[in-house]
Amino acid sequence: MKTRRVLLFAVPLGVAAAAGGGFWVMLQRMRSGSFNPRGVPSVLDNKRVPGFNLPGLIGPGFSGPDLYDRHRPVLINFWASWCPPCREEHPVLMALKQDGVPIWGIAYKDAKKASLAYLDTYGNPFERVAADAGGRVAIDWGLTGVPETFLVDGDGYVRWHMVGPLTHAMIPTVKSLMELYAG
Amino acid sequence: MRALLLALALLLPAGIAHAISDPAEMLPDKAQEARAEAVGRQLRCLVCQNESIEDSGADLARDLRAIVRQRVTAGDSDAEIIDWMVARYGDFVRLRPPFTPLTAILWATPVLALAAGFAAVALRRRPAPPAPLDAQEQARLKALLDR
Repeated sequence: MKTRRVLLFAVPLGVAAAAGGGFWVMLQRMRSGSFNPRGVPSVLDNKRVPGFNLPGLIGPGFSGPDLYDRHRPVLINFWASWCPPCREEHPVLMALKQDGVPIWGIAYKDAKKASLAYLDTYGNPFERVAADAGGRVAIDWGLTGVPETFLVDGDGYVRWHMVGPLTHAMIPTVKSLMELYAG
Repeated sequence: MRALLLALALLLPAGIAHAISDPAEMLPDKAQEARAEAVGRQLRCLVCQNESIEDSGADLARDLRAIVRQRVTAGDSDAEIIDWMVARYGDFVRLRPPFTPLTAILWATPVLALAAGFAAVALRRRPAPPAPLDAQEQARLKALLDR
């Protein structure tokens, strides 16, 4: 009878403690960007980027192989001027640029004039920036919305991706991954 | 009763409403359109996640509907269209997940739940029957009954 009482007390307590611990880990990983509850698991993870060729928004456009012909990792950021979370993310991209992280942007289903005005107003964090006006290339990347960011290594393999805006708390994660894949 | 019937009658059209509000999206060929809708209903809208692309009003869902229709007219089979989507969005895009080692628990859940229920019933401990009355108690019972 005594063990029964102890069990009735200890088992729910243990379950609650385990759940609490689990939630804590989830929150920590959400902050650092290694877990995203709304994220769709990307098929592209550890696969080569799909073939594409997009016209430039500013300067020349780029294609799939352009991403890895210099054999160094690069961030690919899908964004749009009409997307509020992109606006929220923008300072983080600017900070990454300051820290020397190369970011290539792809404007998703955005009017050229609006994209240009946006970069003019808030600053241009992109080394190169192309336009996917029809949104078809984005579907080949398995994009579910903007913003979405992919870390492509020097051989063109997607090594990390983030659905939704990057936050300042994720900068250390991104930088350490960039260093890791710089070899 | 009449109010109930009326409410049900009003609910009926809601069941068959679709996000396709623009007839221009539909294929002119009725059979092809029906096939596109059947395929689209098996594909998850990645934005709203609990709706199929046929039911969703999201922009991405509209693009995916257009792709499904393009491929139907191009003569792709249903399986080819679904594979095309899975290649980009993974099994997550399928509203009916395939049976794989990863989803085995998902599919087995109803059976497991039923088995757990039966086990719980079978294993439930019944309280032990009371001990038979001893001689003294028998005598007392008899005295009480005879009174």
